[in-house]
Amino acid sequence: MADRPFPLGATAVAAALGALTLGTLGAVLAQAGGAAPGPADWAAVRFTLVQAALSAVVSVALAVPVARALARRRFAGRGAVVALLGAPFLLPVIVAVLGVLAIFGRAGWLSQGLMAVGLPPLSIYGLHGVVLAHVFFNMPLAVRMILQGWQAIPAERLRLAASLGFGPGAIWRHLEAPMLRAVLPGVAAMIFAICLTSFAVALTLGGGPAATTVELAIYQALRFEFDLPRAAALSAVQVGLCAVAVALAARLALPAGFGAGLDRVADWPARAGGWRWVMDGLVIGAAVVFVALPLVAVARQGVPGLAGLPPQVWAAAGRSLAVALASGALAVGGALVLALAVAQGRRGYELAAMLPLAASALVLGTGLFVIVQPFVSPARVALPVTVAVNAALFLPFAFRILLPEARSLQADHGRLAQALGLGVLARLRWVTLPRLRRPLGFAAGVAAALSMGDLGVIVLFAGEQGATLPLLVQRLMGAYRMESAAAAALLLVVLSFVLFWGLDRWGRGNAAA
Amino acid sequence: MRSSFLAVGFCATASLAAAETPVLTVLTYDSFVSEWGPGPAIEKAFEATCGCDLRLVGAGDGAALLARVQLEGKGSEADIVLGLDTSLTAMAAASGLFAPHGVTGSFDLPVDWDDPLFLPYDWGWFAMVHDTTRLATPPASFQALAASDLKIVIQDPRSSTPGLGLLLWVKAAYGDRAPEIWSALADNIVTVTPGWSEAYGLFLAGEADMVLSYTTSPAYHLIAEDDATKAAAPFDEGHYLQVEVAGKLAASDQPALADAFLAFMGSEGFQSVIPTTNWMYPARTPAGGLPEGFDTLITPAKSLLMTAAEAQAARGPALDEWLTALSR
Repeated sequence: MADRPFPLGATAVAAALGALTLGTLGAVLAQAGGAAPGPADWAAVRFTLVQAALSAVVSVALAVPVARALARRRFAGRGAVVALLGAPFLLPVIVAVLGVLAIFGRAGWLSQGLMAVGLPPLSIYGLHGVVLAHVFFNMPLAVRMILQGWQAIPAERLRLAASLGFGPGAIWRHLEAPMLRAVLPGVAAMIFAICLTSFAVALTLGGGPAATTVELAIYQALRFEFDLPRAAALSAVQVGLCAVAVALAARLALPAGFGAGLDRVADWPARAGGWRWVMDGLVIGAAVVFVALPLVAVARQGVPGLAGLPPQVWAAAGRSLAVALASGALAVGGALVLALAVAQGRRGYELAAMLPLAASALVLGTGLFVIVQPFVSPARVALPVTVAVNAALFLPFAFRILLPEARSLQADHGRLAQALGLGVLARLRWVTLPRLRRPLGFAAGVAAALSMGDLGVIVLFAGEQGATLPLLVQRLMGAYRMESAAAAALLLVVLSFVLFWGLDRWGRGNAAA
Repeated sequence: MRSSFLAVGFCATASLAAAETPVLTVLTYDSFVSEWGPGPAIEKAFEATCGCDLRLVGAGDGAALLARVQLEGKGSEADIVLGLDTSLTAMAAASGLFAPHGVTGSFDLPVDWDDPLFLPYDWGWFAMVHDTTRLATPPASFQALAASDLKIVIQDPRSSTPGLGLLLWVKAAYGDRAPEIWSALADNIVTVTPGWSEAYGLFLAGEADMVLSYTTSPAYHLIAEDDATKAAAPFDEGHYLQVEVAGKLAASDQPALADAFLAFMGSEGFQSVIPTTNWMYPARTPAGGLPEGFDTLITPAKSLLMTAAEAQAARGPALDEWLTALSR
């Protein structure tokens, strides 16, 4: 029993996730029989796959050098740079799109610069625009996750490498490449799944109907045609695509197998100066500029309206914070249980943990609505439902962050813990929680902050009161109040960021991370 | 101690009183309910006369409303659905969930109204809106727009009611020539957005010269922001109307209150709020007339509107034509 501390817990969490994602799909399907997707839907599937795959590959490819440079260098403001990389994926989609456009759009800073020297403005609309926005969202997240991988390489291995006289090339071959092999497939699968369900970004920057995603087809089927069978069928296709991606990633990922360390802070030997120093500086600088410029644009749009924010904004902010903390705690708890089970070799749970990423929030909301509505007024359960759904939706993020380190933990300390006969609680207290504190803090920060910005299900359930901050941003835009909306969005970003930063900071404790 | 006993007693009486007050539930779109929409003022005005509690429940946009009542079926808590438009009413009528309104009387609409199930409460013309400081002389038709190199941003008809309205506009104006118009327009369309907010946001950010919105949009900028630089371009072929309507659900447990609300909808208390909160024309012009600033808006020479049945029939083929023309 001791090597399987949470078999019941993991099964329960997996069952809950399965019920939320597949059960709601079933509930929608049960409203009417099945239907096969048509030719236009398959075109949407193709576009969805292409943009999601490109976005994942580009995000990960750009993230590796940035994470590597950050892992190797210590400089003033490094903490701020790492924190900055938490910001983009917290932005509400429409705000992020406007931020990206303020830089790369037809009237953006870059285009204005080009036109000032007599060149034509940039055209951002098309597949490249979609990928650019997805990279802006996801590359920083990938950097943070890959950076965790670098930090998980035991300091002892690095010292051994130094005493053996390894150069940067040898360190890459023996330490860094195996680590990346363990971490990258999971990160790529996650970004792929996120981009799979993209709809507002893909349509707005895709330039037109050629950029139709499966999620838009689901939206159309549900909203305008009330064709539940078609929506359910499309949603099943989406879940299937994600399942394939996750299964592929699980096959490609191999444990890095470094062996146990003593949890000392890693000290990279290869801090060579010269061209490597310049390269690392350039890479970090480019990443910071790429991420920071749209954020500066968002701030510039938001600041003028801050003074005139309507009072309802503050109540909504309070509700959002409560929802975020509750769902963040739920998500991380569930993710921890699943990650520990997968680390012990029960790989089936990995699919359960990733499933919510592919679920259409719209189908999930509709399904829950169908299930809840006969028994209780939807508006009355709006906030609890939002907490549960957000916890499920953001559990995959927490899971991906925890899994590589849960694996190392199992490989390094599993047998010792078993030999000592530690019980479930003792093991959690003495082995698991202290060693996973850094990824736990980061995961909690990500889950809570994402939940803060989410606008998936609340729209279906919210009553006259009880709006969350993202919903309020949407309502302000709908009432032409773009300036107030920009200010409320800025407030949302700042609050999410503080939440994320606080939890992440807790995880890092006193360690130089 | 004592004051908290008093407080508990007070709450108990208050909730008893609340239990005796009948509740009328109106399902409507999100921006109607919001603090900046007509909802709060209308709730106050109706509750002053009805001796009831008016609950406004927001559910996304107009299309989402219909999906929601279809989901809820006869078990719906709602008594009234407010916020459908004429491109959705045929489908709503076919659901069999709505009861006749029984209200007679005339409306100040540019077209005749004789729908037995749905009553109009406001209306507006779709229009391409531009910034006069950036575009002094706008094109006067879709053909002229297509011939120009102006950039526009529109909404996707598969996810938004204005997007669907534009499809019907082009179809009503050009009939079989609609595919030709769309092909010619394709290179003017910078992008297509999922909803109105995204499109309007892009336009204000300078990403396009014109945006699909309403002839009344400039009134918001003029009245609320004192900004006279936004204008709608009058098109020779006429402008398509969006008529927003409400209907009573047949399964309502408050049919008398629901009827009272539908009657109230045409009254001063409701109609006078519409122009500067929903930024549309009221279905019955208030006694005091329209607010100052509305007189600066364009009045199209010709109003286009398909009947509910025509709109329903035209939607599928028009969507296919649109997809074919723009996917290339």
